[in-house]
Amino acid sequence: MLIKCPWCGDRSLAEFSYQGDATIIRPSDPLSLSDNQWNEYLNLRNNPKGWHDEIWQHLNGCRKHFKARRNVVTHEIADTKPMDGSLQGGRS
Amino acid sequence: MNNPQIPQYRLPEGGRIDRSRPLSFSFNGRAYVGYQGDTLASALLANGVHLIARSFKYHRPRGIMSAGSEEPCAMVTMRQGSRIEPNIRATQIELYEGLVANSQNCWPSVNFDLQAIINKVSRFLPSGFYYKTFKWPKFLWMSYEKVIRHAAGMGKVATLPDPDHYDHMHAYCDVLVVGGGPAGLMAAKSAAASGARVMLADEQAEFGGTLCGRAEKISNKPAMDWVARVRDELAARPDVTLLPRTVVASYYDHNMLVLNQRTGEHLPTAEGFTPRQRIWKVWAKQVVLATGAIERPLVFGNNDLPGVMLTGAVQTYISQYGVLAGKNAVIFTNNDSAYDAAAHMHDNGIKIAAIIDNRKQTSPAAQKLSDRGILIFNNHVVYQAVGSKHVRGVNISPLNENGDKLSGGNIKIDCDLLCMSGGWTPSVHLFSQARGKLRWHETLTTFIPEKSFQQERSAGSCKGVWGLSDCLKGGAKAGAEAAKAAGFTKTRALKTPAASNHDMGDIRALWRVPQPPRSQTKRFIDFQDDVATSDIELAAREGYRSVELTKRYTTLGMGTDQGKTSNINGLAVLSEELGKHIPEVGLTTFRPPYTAQTLGAISGPERGGHFAPTRRSPVHDWHVSTGASFMPAGLWMRPAYYQQPGETMWDAIYRETKHVRSHVGLVDVSSLGKIDLQGKDSAEFLNRCYINGFAKLPVGKCRYGVMLRDDGMVFDDGTVSRLAENHFMMTTTTAKAGPVLQYLEYLLDVVWPELDVHVVSATEQWCAIAVAGPKSRELLSRITDIDMSNEAFEFMGVRQGNICDVPGRIYRISFSGELAYEIGVPSDWGLHVWESLMTAGKDLKVSPYGLEAMSILRIEKGHIVGAELNGRTTADDLGFAAMISTRKPFMGQRSLRKPALLEGERKQLVGLISLDGKTPIPRGAQIVVNPDGPTPVAMLGEVTSNCYSPHVENHIGLAIVKRGRQRIDEILWATSPLTKQRVRVKLCSPHFIDPQGERLRG
Repeated sequence: MLIKCPWCGDRSLAEFSYQGDATIIRPSDPLSLSDNQWNEYLNLRNNPKGWHDEIWQHLNGCRKHFKARRNVVTHEIADTKPMDGSLQGGRS
Repeated sequence: MNNPQIPQYRLPEGGRIDRSRPLSFSFNGRAYVGYQGDTLASALLANGVHLIARSFKYHRPRGIMSAGSEEPCAMVTMRQGSRIEPNIRATQIELYEGLVANSQNCWPSVNFDLQAIINKVSRFLPSGFYYKTFKWPKFLWMSYEKVIRHAAGMGKVATLPDPDHYDHMHAYCDVLVVGGGPAGLMAAKSAAASGARVMLADEQAEFGGTLCGRAEKISNKPAMDWVARVRDELAARPDVTLLPRTVVASYYDHNMLVLNQRTGEHLPTAEGFTPRQRIWKVWAKQVVLATGAIERPLVFGNNDLPGVMLTGAVQTYISQYGVLAGKNAVIFTNNDSAYDAAAHMHDNGIKIAAIIDNRKQTSPAAQKLSDRGILIFNNHVVYQAVGSKHVRGVNISPLNENGDKLSGGNIKIDCDLLCMSGGWTPSVHLFSQARGKLRWHETLTTFIPEKSFQQERSAGSCKGVWGLSDCLKGGAKAGAEAAKAAGFTKTRALKTPAASNHDMGDIRALWRVPQPPRSQTKRFIDFQDDVATSDIELAAREGYRSVELTKRYTTLGMGTDQGKTSNINGLAVLSEELGKHIPEVGLTTFRPPYTAQTLGAISGPERGGHFAPTRRSPVHDWHVSTGASFMPAGLWMRPAYYQQPGETMWDAIYRETKHVRSHVGLVDVSSLGKIDLQGKDSAEFLNRCYINGFAKLPVGKCRYGVMLRDDGMVFDDGTVSRLAENHFMMTTTTAKAGPVLQYLEYLLDVVWPELDVHVVSATEQWCAIAVAGPKSRELLSRITDIDMSNEAFEFMGVRQGNICDVPGRIYRISFSGELAYEIGVPSDWGLHVWESLMTAGKDLKVSPYGLEAMSILRIEKGHIVGAELNGRTTADDLGFAAMISTRKPFMGQRSLRKPALLEGERKQLVGLISLDGKTPIPRGAQIVVNPDGPTPVAMLGEVTSNCYSPHVENHIGLAIVKRGRQRIDEILWATSPLTKQRVRVKLCSPHFIDPQGERLRG
């Protein structure tokens, strides 16, 4: 399987490391959150069937993190973008 | 013709063997001769040897049924000694000089196998027999199992290390063509003509597929001439890779396929740089599957007798190997493909005693044979083969009107070869592995590819296309399509040469040949696993409805051949039993690999010392030459202790420990993680990462820091030194060097991209040497221009300067609790500095110490390591509450308010001391009030570190104990029921030495 690093291009899956759900944003002021809100951020994750926006790291390459829109059923990757980019494509 | 050199079943000429290169080989201890180009199977048949093996369950005699990787019967044990390998198909073994093969699963010999008695009682051994019979009494199963396993043998594996080596390759291509038969060759040719990078893999040593074993013509010349020309054209192209002897075993997501190339299996031994096998991982933009089809056996009584063979295989033995599988054949078929074969056999001198065809009408193909004077029985079946260790004849009978019963009028026909053809099954294994959807084709009576899910297409007979001309055209089209899909614009399907186009005619499905009343004769479906029709019928009677469950209950298709010859027959019999249409019952899942793979090939070069890289410090060679004993720490090899003559291991460890406390010692700490941080926001970043403050750390100072995960548990600890305003050096534990760097990178990329900080690992770039002991200052002052006085270089100070004439850094930090420094120099100078320190400190009796002594020193000081930083301890648990800043946000801060972290029952770090002064504290022991109390005994905590302390002169330890800090001076038990050790311990402060830190600061 090849994954396209936004900086290095197509590279083998073996060079990459999955780093979590890209739709989860760390709260900027955690101390203002209730226990439930903090729990929501820290522990709760959706488990969608189909397309999913994820964070990957090009661990054995440039080591940058980036976003990938991946279909968790077919493993297709519709798009990869730098962390501040916006993912395109993929049927939802 | 009467040349004694030519074995009796070898044709005087013909075949693709090299008759100028005879090869001697041994089978079951007897010497035989074959030729270069033979397989073990063809060479044995040439010598008239048909009895190859005993079957898995019933020990029935088995011969050679096929000529390829679908072979379910002829499995042998190859080679000897450390290269011995069981369960290899004789049909896939290329002959070489001196080959040694033996039958397996028989004793004392394949010809006289005592366990064949099992066959006599086989009707008492139905599916599930073992589960049903040996289930009581439960405790005896272990004894039963041993006996059963011995009886159901599959050969023995080598117990010695494998002397051969195996290779792994990674490759990328535009079009991968699987199969080098007519369709595959045309596909490769068309794809290559468009400029695509093409890989063509075929299981056999020679390209040509079925053509190798047929008397076909292409453009009115022998088909193999065309094959040779296409192969040479392809080989001449620099962007085409030809891979003969290469099975495409697995098809994974994203068009990644795994191939196994038998680089050295055809050689006596793969020597020099030749690997025995090579695994290719190929990422293909597009794939053409031209994997061909496999002939189906017919399911009649004793269809497993040696001498009962697939019809196409008999042709292959003639054309490819010049071998007659018999001299007087009966052919049993339900389709037209057998008539081409009959003509082929007849042309080569095999007498055709009769052709038995279950179809009612004589087909045009049959008419030609009839014109030759060959006897054809329509609407007849072979219901039983006759013979004990080889087929001697057949019993045939007409069918009734419905074709489901024999209608009497039996005839016996003598023969020494029975060819069967039940139609052909497309090899859709890879297509299915690629999640392709199959469709049941009623007239072809088989499943064919319908819809692809990956970037692949099928061509030729794996798609249910039988005629040679159609296969060539289909291949040309598929190759052009694949190239186009891979992005090549100048693509076209090449013109294909003239060839025959015979199909199979109308097949009359015949899944089970009816038997005379009360017949007990077994009709085998899965020959490798000894699954007969009776087993499937029993499963259906017992309520099995799902094909997947029936498969597991009867073991149908679960052998190493994965049911290549049995899948469709088994499925059809089950659906007949259930009264359902075949596609309603469904097909079992095809899983990788297509053929069995060796563990040697899978592990490849990654074994022994090559399994993982070994990390060595720059001083490693010195440690070796000094006789250090090493211990692994992750991938690192670290000196554990330096034993001197006459010392035991513990003598050495305690000597090193005491020496540090009284003199000065050196320990190599190069494996500790080192991360270099630069950028104007570095101080702010560190401030957010650690529980304690780093913003105001002055240049030239270092500070101990504790890092939490966002869930509030301690992640790692280490020191951070400020080398310049915007330049820091962080150390981590050896184990967490990688994870901490990754964590920092994550925070900078994902959480705080606005921070201007760059982090990079510097672990390998710096050699780190800790110099510890009361004389460490004296030693260092001799080798550096840095002012080492206590006033100029305070505790937790960092200085840069010359060390042994090398630019480096000195950190005044201590892990041992003694006056100590850590030196950092560029790795290339590490050995020089280490050796210079040893020389400069000779009169101070400087001595190296290892990981064992370092561990005792840190336990005495109460310093924590991975055992305490176990992912379940908080900063407060470990006694760092005072370090937690309240004036800034940091990672994990919010979690510290979680109710679970605030409750009063948390386990806290304490010291332990053996109460009687002599009993050791067992490793990993539980801390309990009363080990003899009623079970379950309440466990208050556990020992995390333990040692004998030369300083305390007693056994001490660290433990994590519920409300431990309130229990100081309590006397409890440390008990280890696993090792049957227990000791009374007194809880104390974890600081066994110098709790005020006077030694460090002095």
